Amino acid sequence: MDGEAILEYTDLSQLLSVLHGYGYTVIGPTLRDGAIVYDEVETLADFPVGYTDVQDAGTYRVARRTDDAVFGYTVGPHSYKQFLHPAVVSLWEATRTDGEMTIRTTPAPGAKYAFLGARSCELHALAVQDRVLYQGAYPDPVYAAVRESLFIVAVNCAHAGGTCFCVSMGTGPHATSGFDLSLTEVQGEGAHYFVVEVGSERGGEIFRQVPHRAANADESAAAERVVAEVAGQMGRTLDTDDLRDMLYRNLEHPRWEEIERRCLSCGNCTLVCPTCFCTTVNDVTDLSGQHAERVRTWDSCFTADFSYIHGGSVRASVRSRYRQWMTHKLASWIDQFGTAGCVGCGRCVTWCPVGIDITEEVRGIRLTDGALSGQP
Amino acid sequence: MSKSTKPKLSVWKFASCDGCQLSLLDSEEELLAIAETLEIAYFVEVSRATVEGPYDLALVEGSITTQHDAERIQAVRRAAKYLVTIGACATVGGIQALRNFANIGEFVSLVYASPQYIETLSDSTPVSAHVAVDFELRGCPVNKAQLLEVLTAFLAGRQPHTPADSVCMECKRRGTVCVMVAQGTPCLGPVTHAGCGALCPAYARGCYGCFGPKNMPNTAALTAEWRRQGVSGRDVRLALRTFNVGAEPFYRESERHEL
Repeated sequence: MDGEAILEYTDLSQLLSVLHGYGYTVIGPTLRDGAIVYDEVETLADFPVGYTDVQDAGTYRVARRTDDAVFGYTVGPHSYKQFLHPAVVSLWEATRTDGEMTIRTTPAPGAKYAFLGARSCELHALAVQDRVLYQGAYPDPVYAAVRESLFIVAVNCAHAGGTCFCVSMGTGPHATSGFDLSLTEVQGEGAHYFVVEVGSERGGEIFRQVPHRAANADESAAAERVVAEVAGQMGRTLDTDDLRDMLYRNLEHPRWEEIERRCLSCGNCTLVCPTCFCTTVNDVTDLSGQHAERVRTWDSCFTADFSYIHGGSVRASVRSRYRQWMTHKLASWIDQFGTAGCVGCGRCVTWCPVGIDITEEVRGIRLTDGALSGQP
Repeated sequence: MSKSTKPKLSVWKFASCDGCQLSLLDSEEELLAIAETLEIAYFVEVSRATVEGPYDLALVEGSITTQHDAERIQAVRRAAKYLVTIGACATVGGIQALRNFANIGEFVSLVYASPQYIETLSDSTPVSAHVAVDFELRGCPVNKAQLLEVLTAFLAGRQPHTPADSVCMECKRRGTVCVMVAQGTPCLGPVTHAGCGALCPAYARGCYGCFGPKNMPNTAALTAEWRRQGVSGRDVRLALRTFNVGAEPFYRESERHEL
């Protein structure tokens, strides 16, 4: 298909039907427990049509919009990592029968997912996790089982959140690659449609079965305006100039101590982060002693156990844990994987119960670049 | 009666509500397996039939509040190879440890019609204040799965896996939306020891701190945020003074907030 196409609002459910027809489990945004979360969606009625979110450091509220926007909000507490890299997964099981041990790899719980509504920052987060869990020498079978058949319908943001800073990180708001289809929602003067871009052959095949027409120049321009306006609405900014080296030369900055006084070391920031991938494994036995299982669980560099090696935790202080997390995201991740580990989605800022703001902490360190803590 | 070769289990009650012992009985699906692998030698909540010690494993519920119990716990310790406290009472003194910060005489005169018959200690203390404890299981009540983990770990000769991380970790793993961030509900989850599976937030309630303080709890930062969101000093104080008031980080923080 050449050029952009128009999918009318009333035909969006057709896209859902076609995806279901292809056997996809469609994961989309839906309203639950006072937030827009990601879960299985069956029909358009499952979408938070006419809702938005209001976000700031440590606070998130759902609110009504004055229109019928389907995607009129940003990203919520969930990310797609819960589907690709589940929070709890069994790796293998061992059973002893008459003294004989049988070890069986637990089949990866893979599913054929279509993500409907992925934002540009989330596509970048996916790419970050791909580099770690999928494209390296040792792909993770659990992740790979989902990733291989994944279908992605991206949505260009029509609204920026109070904690968004994708523009600073160069990860949005315009989704430019990594999708099968992308939608830009346009409303106004009685019109309500999506400007659709096809990003893959599979995307084209699916979209051909959904009613649509070619976009005219005005419609394409309207979609471009939506994205351009959003780029100017970012709730947060993060100055990335010299960021890696700036952080490396401030490992003893007094700001880390100051953060320690506020940080709960609860782990929320890492678990809501769409790129954090750390896990721990735990062996579980049963009462009979004849059956054991190795379970992998999301972990966080904010716990004491995370860096526990013989004799104690390497990062005993909360200051050292926050510093590890932030410098990994913004500095050593670049050395390790070639890009930052932060995509500017703002989740860690919003979902920190005490509203610690990574952009503000970077600013605080940069302001007194080179300052030294009095503490050893 | 032939002598059993199974490890002998004993379950003891001190000052408590029996809820933690009942968690063992609640393990309905596993009860047969428990009976198959352990000899239930002393568990008077379940059976009058008791077997004399020594016991391989003693589960102790309840805090020490009387001179009689202070002596009895010594006998339990002597009879037990491996002693595990189950629940907030046995581990930190329980809700009854509120007396530790007040005048016991006044409580007794208010509660009992004939206070002259009451013989009690001024403090409610955890088992570890009296005897060596091999493992402490948190919770009010304990979590059934964690209790089974204690039993299976004992049988396998390994340490039980009961991470001291925050309740937040459990909320996030089960996909629960943060009640504090999304609803402004005061929640003790960020300073509370995991183990319950983040039960209350899953039902849109803030965490009550039943499992006591997590590893390195920053109670000052959390309560400062509660205050900023409009919670009164009195409510902060009361929230920290429940089943785990005997846990030093909770009590110390409660003292910073006026009634």
